[in-house]
Amino acid sequence: MIAFSQVTKRYPSGLEALKGVTLAIEAGEMVFITGHSGAGKSTLLKLAAAIERPSSGSVIVNGQNVGALRVRAVPFLRRNFGLIFQDQKLLFDRSAFDNVMLPLAITGFERREAARRVRAALDKVGLLAKERSFPVTLSGGEQQRLAIARAIVHRPAILMADEPTGNLDAAYAAELGELFRSFNQVGVTVVIATHDVSFAARLKPRVVVLKDGRLAA
Amino acid sequence: MSWFWHHLDAFRVTLARLMRTPVATLLNVGVIGVALALPVGLYVALVNLQGFAHNLASDPQLSVFLALDAGRADAEKIAARLKNHAGVREARYVPREQALKELKASTGLADVVDSLTQNPLPDAFVVLPRDTQPQALESLRDEVGGWPKVAHVQLDTAWARRLDAGLKVARLAVGLLAMLFAFALVAVTFNTIRLQILTRREEIEVSKLIGATDPFIRRPFLYYGALQGLAGGIAAWVIIWAGVWLMNGALAELAQLYASRFELRHLSPEDSLSLLAFSAGLGWFGSWLSVDQHLAGIEPR
Repeated sequence: MIAFSQVTKRYPSGLEALKGVTLAIEAGEMVFITGHSGAGKSTLLKLAAAIERPSSGSVIVNGQNVGALRVRAVPFLRRNFGLIFQDQKLLFDRSAFDNVMLPLAITGFERREAARRVRAALDKVGLLAKERSFPVTLSGGEQQRLAIARAIVHRPAILMADEPTGNLDAAYAAELGELFRSFNQVGVTVVIATHDVSFAARLKPRVVVLKDGRLAA
Repeated sequence: MSWFWHHLDAFRVTLARLMRTPVATLLNVGVIGVALALPVGLYVALVNLQGFAHNLASDPQLSVFLALDAGRADAEKIAARLKNHAGVREARYVPREQALKELKASTGLADVVDSLTQNPLPDAFVVLPRDTQPQALESLRDEVGGWPKVAHVQLDTAWARRLDAGLKVARLAVGLLAMLFAFALVAVTFNTIRLQILTRREEIEVSKLIGATDPFIRRPFLYYGALQGLAGGIAAWVIIWAGVWLMNGALAELAQLYASRFELRHLSPEDSLSLLAFSAGLGWFGSWLSVDQHLAGIEPR
């Protein structure tokens, strides 16, 4: 489903975030990418979602070469993903409901069907009672779950999360892990970048370790 | 079907955005309205003047004045010649006594006319030509002017034609003015949209990250520009309608004093529609330029 071969990413500053990484992730897998901060975890996710382009090597997603993708085709590639960002990127000028509505608005869903799906997604992460709340009034854990609801509402084939437990306590992290596992159990490919080793260990997923931009182990 | 929802959504979102900042929206619409009202108001004035000039110029006539020593027989001879002339549609004889009576009745110069010991006016014919082309009129004037006992032939359309030529220049000026103000409209929209894009930077970034196409992101801004332009066009229309209405009130009084009737015409339905289409189109264009300039710079990192 996602195949990296000999991928190198060099930023304009000269920093080489990835050096010759070859990695295949099959459909339905649950993969944790770990490593120290600056090891290249975020870059790996950004390359898969065409937020960055590889300097050399190829990134294939769903049979499409991301590096060679036309600009117009990028949005359609991204719709395969549910992305959960380190800083969540919630929109603070609208309610929880409208935040989750955004991906469906983008694909042009009929409003009533879209509303039904938004409520289902909010229910899944336990935020149905807060659909009218604005993100500022939510706790850190609730904001993270809201970001997850937005990532899954359009039922993507691949869920990618960058440091989802970033500033959450251990109990919350465990809860979140269960949530990701439940998505994986219904066939969603889950890719999570995290430096939280205990979080990774609990779920017993396949673990890919990055060290200084290279695959370790 | 999703196409339809996209547009409905963009329209709804845009209206909500316009309503959320009512003061800014009203000011923008006001600026656009005033900017459009100026050239369009001049255009309305021109159309009215033109209609007025056209009424006068459309029926050109020649006044043929006979020499003072011409007698009844001479007049009859000339009447017969005019009647048989191929270029003359109709010739009306105005005897000097009647001309004096009309002068007395129409101009309020009764005292002066009464004090005259003899009639200073000549016999005259009012000639309606068959061909109203300027060259035909002039050659007819020259020809009739050469007949015996004809003292002078006056072509009554000369001043109307001068007015018409003047109006042509004025029309060009209005066109140039309209272009300048159209530019102003585009500039106002460009700037409004630029500010909007800056304040919505985050939303644009997130939308791009989760798979929004450029047309999807562009659409609300284009709607915004077009709706703002349309509202400005409506404002301009209202300003002009009110202006004409007020002027007509004042003109009615003036016309009464002159015992006649004239009133200014409002914008025709066709012109009104053009105004609205034009303003909405320019708004759309201004926001398109702005979006084209500023959206490309926003790429998620």
